[in-house]
Formats: sequence, structure tokens, C-alpha cells
Amino acid sequence: MTIRFGNLRPKKGNIHINKERCKGCGFCVEFCPRDVLELSEEFNKKGYHPPRVVKADECIYCQLCEAICPEFAIFVTLKKEEEKGEESESRP
Amino acid sequence: MSREELAEEKNPMEDFLRMDRIPHIWCPGCGIGTVVTSFADALKKSELDLDKVAVVSGIGCTGRVAGYVKFDSFHTTHGRAIPFATGLKLANPELKVVVFSGDGDIVGIGGNHLIHAARRNMDIVVICVNNFNYAMTGGQVAATSPMGANLSTAPYGNFEYPFNLPYLVETCGATYVARWTSLHIRRVTKSIQEALAKRGFSFIEVITPCVTLYARRNRLGDGLNLLKYYYDQSEIQHGADTRTVGIDYQGKLIVGKFVDKEKPTFLDGMNTHLQKVLGEKYVPYGVKP
Amino acid sequence: MRKVKADPKGVLTGAHYLDGDFAIAEGGLAAGCRFFAGYPITPSTETAERFSERIPFVGGIFIQMEDEIASITALIGASWGGQKVMTVTSGPGFSLMQENIGLAVMMETPLVIANVQRGGPSTGLPTLTGQSDMMQAKFGSHGDYEIIALSPDSPQECFDLTIKAFNLAETFRVPVFVMTDECVGHMHEKVIIPPADEIEIIERKWYQGPKDKYLPYKPDKDLVPFMVKAGDGYRFHTTGLTHDERGYPVLNAEVQDWCVHHLVDKIRKNAHKIIELQEDQIDNAEVVVVSYGITSRVAIRAVQLARKAGIKVGTMRMITVWPFPEKRIKELAGKIKAFVVPEINLGQIGREVERCAFGQAPVIGVTHCGGWVHDPEDILKAIKEAVR
Repeated sequence: MTIRFGNLRPKKGNIHINKERCKGCGFCVEFCPRDVLELSEEFNKKGYHPPRVVKADECIYCQLCEAICPEFAIFVTLKKEEEKGEESESRP
Repeated sequence: MSREELAEEKNPMEDFLRMDRIPHIWCPGCGIGTVVTSFADALKKSELDLDKVAVVSGIGCTGRVAGYVKFDSFHTTHGRAIPFATGLKLANPELKVVVFSGDGDIVGIGGNHLIHAARRNMDIVVICVNNFNYAMTGGQVAATSPMGANLSTAPYGNFEYPFNLPYLVETCGATYVARWTSLHIRRVTKSIQEALAKRGFSFIEVITPCVTLYARRNRLGDGLNLLKYYYDQSEIQHGADTRTVGIDYQGKLIVGKFVDKEKPTFLDGMNTHLQKVLGEKYVPYGVKP
Repeated sequence: MRKVKADPKGVLTGAHYLDGDFAIAEGGLAAGCRFFAGYPITPSTETAERFSERIPFVGGIFIQMEDEIASITALIGASWGGQKVMTVTSGPGFSLMQENIGLAVMMETPLVIANVQRGGPSTGLPTLTGQSDMMQAKFGSHGDYEIIALSPDSPQECFDLTIKAFNLAETFRVPVFVMTDECVGHMHEKVIIPPADEIEIIERKWYQGPKDKYLPYKPDKDLVPFMVKAGDGYRFHTTGLTHDERGYPVLNAEVQDWCVHHLVDKIRKNAHKIIELQEDQIDNAEVVVVSYGITSRVAIRAVQLARKAGIKVGTMRMITVWPFPEKRIKELAGKIKAFVVPEINLGQIGREVERCAFGQAPVIGVTHCGGWVHDPEDILKAIKEAVR
């Protein structure tokens, strides 16, 4: 069996944010290992600043924001890549 | 991908939560929601039949968990989640019964039930969210409040000795004892998963920031500050002697899995003993033929 | 309402010489109770002892909990787990149970509590009789609610009424109390336990419809909602908070009004189906002796003596004390000279009779604080006073 190195790619994720459910605690922004998120200037209906995605390509589908959000307001789905590479287990 | 497309995806928590009851009542920066996510994740990984999972809560902030999770769920009286769970489990031993409640509920008013359920090795999982105070009623001193902390009924600082929960439940006979902070997300998940897979009394303490009351009264910053602080103060010591894991005000937090042992449960003990003493005449209970 | 025959496993058919406490345990087993959580307390402990001795051969659970609070809460949990459940206690234990009796009422949980009454308040007279928990049975927990309470006067009735208590609890999804007392509890008499197929058992009102349509608190035609048990995939929620038909907490005045009225109405509007009275020579009576439990047995002697003396005395023995037979008392009040109400307390049920009499007939209470049963002479004296 041949092993091909150099073909591993980190997974990519799509971040879904339910802005209206957010209470602006900032946990997701603070703990994102790739600084994908930041708190936006805009207000939601409750008067909080929900997060927004600033570096979408940096997301490695670790789902930490999903796990840490106390409001169940963020979740991440796996982005299907065009280029086929072996998927690494990037999730910590 | 456009926003519309993104909106079509389903939040994975929808399988575990009563979405018609969300948003929940917990404050911004509260850690309880994170623990609920960890619980859901643990259930997902456990591959249990979710129809056979029952969640019992008492009263308090964490007591509201039963109202949000989409299982057979019971929001009982203050302190009585454990005896309720005892009845539920014994009446229908097929169930995986999880008590999800706060420190004031489980250890304060319900302390007697906690020690007795541990003593009997009742086959239930207890997730005790510890925020060091009675939050629902406005931040009063609790059986877990560290000495020196300022609480609304200890306005000059708490001078009572707090409980060391892992030590308490271990001495009473618990077969699984772990403690984490709510930022130890994956570890909390793993502990709950292990507890779900275990037969016997399992106790998981999760230290959680109470931003509106405990943090505010003690000037500890916001939820984020406290969450990080607890995490940074924690030191993982699996198998630590639980006598040494007491919590001082803003002191070091020893976390980890302290106890994981096997022992016959209440029902195992009852069936084995009565079978031995009474022989054929005994009708075993809760055992599938 | 599905009626079935008793499960023969729990029925100890035959003639027995039992005390009231034992008869309660046998009644529970005959009714299909397979879960007992209790805490020892004089003079009720014998019931728990009997149950713990019998249950291994029937198949079920006896668990001695850490206190009465745990006992009643475990019952509520076990009832939602699908079992028929009971406990037994006395005054102080009954006091400890009160908060969670409210929870059982709010969650509409069928369960049976036997209270073998002793003298109170506080530790009072642990080994001697009393009937002073009658008002506590009705009003002991906070908030407005209705329960059902039965009062047996003999070991035989302890057996019969415990079965009836289970049938009522399952029919109306409500806690039912068997309000006996130390005297009946410790009295040994013949108890006939009939064959299982002669004992009628009412099964719980199990929900049968589609899973996603289930609403735990939607009243049926008889005002009682259907029930399910944990583990059957309904994923229901139930709470001690004021809730709507879904069982979800809704904290406002409108839902509070609906919720509390529902709890109260399902008993009040069905009271005629629940109330059981035993009346004797009441039609031409000038005086009616209203009594319950052990006191009604003492009253028989007094009534015999009064009749011998030519007084027209009728008797009404309340087998059901709560809901109270308001209509019947009101009806009688217009026809008679007076009610005589002997009871081993300082006038708890007498006051209720007085309320229902609306001033049309005076109520003469024959009361004492407990520790002994009445002297028939005292009741006779009151009857004579009533016709004077």
C-alpha cells in the first residue's frame, strides 16, 4: 500500500448564526481559535451585538463556537470542498 | 453561500431542545447553556435511545434545564430532583435518568437526598451546575459559596465552610465523580458520556460563572472574564484524592475525573440479595426475562 | 375508564385476622400497587413492614427513603414511571409531605397516601389516636386545590377503601388519602379478601392517540387529562409551575386561572361520582349524627341508646370526607333540628358541616383533643341536647 503525504487538508466550516437569539456574551468571538468571528456593530432586537463572520475561510470546522454558545445560536456545518483531499480530524 | 441557504440548515440542537421554548431565561454570559450543549453532545455520542432518557430538575436557574430539553422531563420541587429520579428509575429501570440541577438545589436543600442516593448507589446521573450561589433568588449564600465571597445574604463576606462536593459524594458511595469548569467543554461532554454509559451513581460537578450575581457582587468582571478565570485557575488531576479538592475563594480549582469504580447498584443489590435469601419464590424486579 | 380484574399475584384471598395497617398494605397490593416508598412513623409503620415483607413474592419495589419528603417525591416519580404507588405516614410525616402533595396535585399524578392519624400538633401523641389531620388533608399544601380523602372505620374498610383510593386516584389523576387513625390502624379484626376476579380495578387513563398530538394537561370530557409514562417516546414535559395544556410553564394570571380552575373543577364537578356516604334512619330524623372513621363506630352505641330513649336519630357516616358532601348536608339542614358531629379534634369537620348547614340547623360538636375514643355517653348527651 502506498501512502501519499502532503494531501491532508483541514476541514472547512460554514458558520450559521441566529442573530436574534444572541445575548452578546462574546464567548464565541473570544474562544474561536482562528479569530473567525467578531462582535458586530449592529444591534439585534434584544439590543445585543451579535457576532459576525469576518474570516470565513479561516474556519476549520472545530465547532467550538457551537459548543460554547450558551444560547444555542451558532452552529457550524461542514463545507464540501471541490478539491478532493483526505480529510484530517481537525476537531480538537 | 447566501444567507438564505444557510438559514435552511438545521441547528443540531433542535433534536435535543424544545425550540418553542427558546430563548431561555439564563442571563448573557451564564454558563448553563454551554453545559446543556455538552449534555446534548454526550447524548448524541452515547447513541442511547433518546426516548428512554428522562431529565429531572429541581428549582433554580439550572432547574430550568428540564423545561428546555426535548426528553421526558420533569421540573420538580426545590431539592427533590434526586428522590423524584429515584422513583422514576425504580419504577421503570429501562430509563436513563439524569438529574440536571444546581448546587443550591442538589446540595443545599436537597443534600440529604444526595447523600442517600449516593449511599444506595442509585443508578442515576447527577449533573450539578455549581455557580457558588443561589442565583434564581438573587445571589444568596449557598452551601458551596467559598469563604470570603460576598453574597446578598452574606453582605460582609461568607464565613461558613463550604462543601467539597466530590469528597462528599465519594465518601457517600458514588461510583463516578468528576469536576470541570464549563469551559472544559469536551471534557464535560466526555464525563457525561462516561457517566451515561455507567451503571451506578454518577456525579459531575460543573463550575459555571454566574455573571449577574456572583461575579457582579464580587467585582469579578463579566461572564467571559469569570469563565476564563475559572479555566485558568483549574488544574487537571485525574484520580486526585477528593479530600484535597476543596475550593477557596478565587483559588485553584482541582478538576478531573476523581472516581470511576464499579459497584452493584441498588437494584442489583436488591435482586441478588433477595434471590439468595428467598430463592425461587422471589420475583426479580426490573430484569428482562 | 377501563375496568379490569385485580392481578391475582397481589391478592391474598381468604379470611384473615389483620390490623388496619396490615389491611392497608394488602389493599394496596390487591389494587396493583407495586411501588412503595416510605419512612417509619408510629402508628403507621406496620403497613410499610407488611409491604416490605410481601412485595418480594409479588414483584415490585419497597424502598425506605431518607424522609417523608423523599418518600412522596419518589412516589410522584414512580407514578410517572408507570407504576401504581403508595405510602403511609402519620401526622409529622404528613406535614413533611405537604409541599410535594401540592406537586402531585399540580402534575396531576395518581398516588395514594394513608395517614394513620395520631394526636398532634408536633410530635404530640405518637401512640394514641387522633383525627386532627382532617383539615390538613384538604388544605395542607399551599394554593387552591382539591384532593380526595376517605375514612375507614375498620380493618376491613382499610382494605376496601385502599383499593377504592387507588381507583379514584387513577380515575381522577389526583392524590387520594386514606385518613385512618391509630385506633383503626392497630385494631385487629376479621378481614375478608375476596378472590382477585371479584376485585374491580380501574386502570390509569392511558393516552392512545398519535404521539405528536399528546398534550399532558388537555382535559378530556370528564375534565381529567390522559396520561402517559416516561420512556414511551412522548417526550413530554411536566412542571410544578403554572402551566398550559402542553405542560409548559406560562406565568401569567390568565393561565393561572385556567390551571387552578382545572385542578379544582375536575374534583368539584365530579364530586357526585366520588362521594360515598352511609346513611341510616335519616328520613324521619330530628337529629343527624355526622361522623367518620373510628368515631362513627362509637357513635353507633350512642345512637342506639338515643333511639331507645325515643329520639329520632339518623346517622351519616362519611366514607368520603373530601370532597365534602355539601349538597347532602344542605338538604338535610332544612329538615332536621340539629346535627351532632363527634370527632377526635376540636371541630374540624363540624365547622365544615356548619358551613354547609347555612344556619338552617345548629351543629353540636362533640370534640376532644385525642388520645382516646369518645365515650358514647358524651355523644348521647349531645343528641339529647339537640332535641331539647
